[in-house]
Amino acid sequence: MANYYNDIKEIKFELENSPLMERIVELKERSFEDKDQYDEAPQDFADAMDSYDKVLDIVGDITANVVAPNAEDVDAEGPHLEKGRVSYASKTYENLNAMRSAGMNGMTMPRRYGGLNLPVTVYTAANEIVSTGDAGFENIWSLQDCIETLYCFGNEEQRQKYIPRVCAGETMSMDLTEPDAGSDLQSVMLKATFDEENNCWRLNGAKRFITNGDSDIHLVLARSEAGTRDGRGLSMFIYDKRDGGVDVRRIENKLGIHGSPTCELVYKNAKCELCGDRKLGLIKYVMSLMNGARLGIAAQSVGLSQAAYNEAIAYARDRKQFGKAIIEFPAVAEMISNIKARLDAGRALLYQTARYVDIYKALEDISRDRKLEPEERAELKQYSRLADAFTPLAKGMNSEYANQNGYDCIQVHGGSGFMLEYACQRIYRDARITSIYEGTTQLQTVAAIRYVTNGFYSQVIADYEQLPYAPEYETVMARIKAMAEKFNACTTAVKEAENQDLHDLCARHLYEMAADVIMCHLLLQNASKAPELFGKSLQVYVNLAEAEVEKHASLLSKMNVEQLENYRQQ
Amino acid sequence: MSLKIVVLAKQVPDTRNVGPDAMTPEGTINRSALPAIFNPEDLNALEQALRLKDQFPGTTVTVITMGPGRAAEVIREAMYRGADGGYLLTDRAFAGADTLATSYALATAIKHVCPDVDLIIGGRQAIDGDTAQVGPQVAEKLGLNQITYVEGVKEVKEVKGVKEVIATRHIDGGVETVESPLPCVLTVNGSAAPCRPRNVKRVMKYKRCLAPMELAPDTTFAELPYAEQYEKKPYLKLGQLTCADVNADLQQCGLAGSPTKVKNVENIVFKAKESKVLSGSDEDVNGLIKELLNDRLIG
Repeated sequence: MANYYNDIKEIKFELENSPLMERIVELKERSFEDKDQYDEAPQDFADAMDSYDKVLDIVGDITANVVAPNAEDVDAEGPHLEKGRVSYASKTYENLNAMRSAGMNGMTMPRRYGGLNLPVTVYTAANEIVSTGDAGFENIWSLQDCIETLYCFGNEEQRQKYIPRVCAGETMSMDLTEPDAGSDLQSVMLKATFDEENNCWRLNGAKRFITNGDSDIHLVLARSEAGTRDGRGLSMFIYDKRDGGVDVRRIENKLGIHGSPTCELVYKNAKCELCGDRKLGLIKYVMSLMNGARLGIAAQSVGLSQAAYNEAIAYARDRKQFGKAIIEFPAVAEMISNIKARLDAGRALLYQTARYVDIYKALEDISRDRKLEPEERAELKQYSRLADAFTPLAKGMNSEYANQNGYDCIQVHGGSGFMLEYACQRIYRDARITSIYEGTTQLQTVAAIRYVTNGFYSQVIADYEQLPYAPEYETVMARIKAMAEKFNACTTAVKEAENQDLHDLCARHLYEMAADVIMCHLLLQNASKAPELFGKSLQVYVNLAEAEVEKHASLLSKMNVEQLENYRQQ
Repeated sequence: MSLKIVVLAKQVPDTRNVGPDAMTPEGTINRSALPAIFNPEDLNALEQALRLKDQFPGTTVTVITMGPGRAAEVIREAMYRGADGGYLLTDRAFAGADTLATSYALATAIKHVCPDVDLIIGGRQAIDGDTAQVGPQVAEKLGLNQITYVEGVKEVKEVKGVKEVIATRHIDGGVETVESPLPCVLTVNGSAAPCRPRNVKRVMKYKRCLAPMELAPDTTFAELPYAEQYEKKPYLKLGQLTCADVNADLQQCGLAGSPTKVKNVENIVFKAKESKVLSGSDEDVNGLIKELLNDRLIG
């Protein structure tokens, strides 16, 4: 029987082959302190890894046998709106029920609240797998990770009230965007006022483009400080649908992810609770929320790339022209090789990022209960920085790759790919949003660029150069080192120009160069351990990345202060 | 009200995904080429049991399967989905059983482990034998009512101290709703509700469950990895029953108790005998339409 986890050996490899995994499990399980208290808790590292494998086996099974077969119908039917309430496409409920009875909710939450206490890395794999089956459904299901923010910043009473409900399968949404506050969330105007009489907060106003906007539990960004206009006047609130007061005015008609309802919401004196401290809504909590969501979109993108690869290769093996399968034509095989190379490189980046996030989050969680030792504090600082630097790379690059892979997947299908009968058109449409929501690629560049200019990526790359690798890849390593030199030289040149506009214009190119080199290193590590899985992808990806780095270097060499005017549009 | 439910399940070779090496040259099943799976309709049966367990707290669902050590996988699989536990009915004396001997062994085991059973639920038939006889024969041997080809249990209720089941059953051209007092045997169709997935916490909890037969020869639970867990958590040792445990009459078990004898097995290769080749011409197509109309295959 098909299984979207067991059938894709690269995912298992990513989970099992990092030296960081043992540390992640040790921290996440707090030296296995739950083992005598919970029957499902692991006894040791090997036991934990075995359980993770079993979790993903179930996710892969449900995805292959419930979610993926439903995807076409869900896409065609979409959600419905009646009297201010959303109902999903009928088969979305089948998907949700399967996930709920399998217990795949609140996956990263501690066991004491009903969670599975899984590392982010394992949850990320689950996300990727589900997205391969149906990216639109993955959207709804994976919003469960909003609970992470409530867990981190809510009080104990709120944790006890909401986390078990999410673990039992209630859905979530994050209500951030408004008509005049998209990328610029500082402009959020939804009004939060304190109701003295009832001793609670009230929300009034509207939100737009809210994914799964009729969810059970909402995290809402709203202006609690009357008279303010910037991010410092915003706080985060929890709205419980059971209390009522929020209606859906409209469901958007979208290009892709049809199964996922994107809603316009109206808040009419809706009762809500403050989450965390006032005024920290945007600057602290939403940033945390967004980082989790960005990793989620990176996983969704990798899942879509895997789907594009699956569809492309199946079609190319089956379709015969000129007396042979089209996969035998180099021009077609190149497209599929490129899809696979971008998929493997992007996936390596995704899991490396997830592991960095895991270590920092687990240490941060421990720090809520006890003071960290000095070496733990240093570790926390190091990994929090790595997570912060890698998340925008993983999100931006993988979402762009998902788009390219979706495009190539249709191209492999030729005329049939343009017809709506094949899954490739859905993958192509669903991929389109990934480079837009949770921060466009342009905004990922903004988040990442300081790590270019302050030399952090260069340092990471230099560290990666010191890692052992298989001797047969010596020339590959030399090429990657040459790419890194180009990246460093371009960075220096841009910095030396000391012009903010030029810096902003060049940022995207530097960002991609850093990501290309980093992914080359990660694939090199993978191929050194498992050449049968990654050897070809490494060679193909280094070819691609080298050409990309050349391209960016060439462009950057021309983008000087005199050229700025040519890039201005009125 | 709570119920005692026994689910009968069988481990079968996955005959739905047959590759070129599925049969040996002698025409028997090449078991090594076919993965062993939970008989599909037994999963539908399990789902009916679990729905009753959801509805009536305190209900127990016990799985009984007959087979070699590896068949215990069926019990674990059922526990992952919600069953409380199970028994592996295993003995050399059971080997070679036809449906009669199998149903005798199962009926004897049910009497032994669950004498006050309310419902016995099994799949309509197993995909390796396709006889649909075991469920009905178990009912006969236990002297119980049976409802076969069940599409779903509509209701279980207690009227004046008597428990009753109302179920819909598949019949030619429709669905019949029938009622029976408990205890009763149900055999469930593949068109009934699919079984719920494995629950991840249950998988983590029960993944180390083993029947004694699964241990390597001369090995004890105390020698296994995580041996202390088997001490602390008795549920990790699955129930196992031999012929002697259930006081079965050896003459009615296994080969001795099986009147069915396979005389020989023929390998059938379908060949086209009366085939016709038609061109795409209007004449040929019209001729074909007329012929099909005359034979009332279309119309």
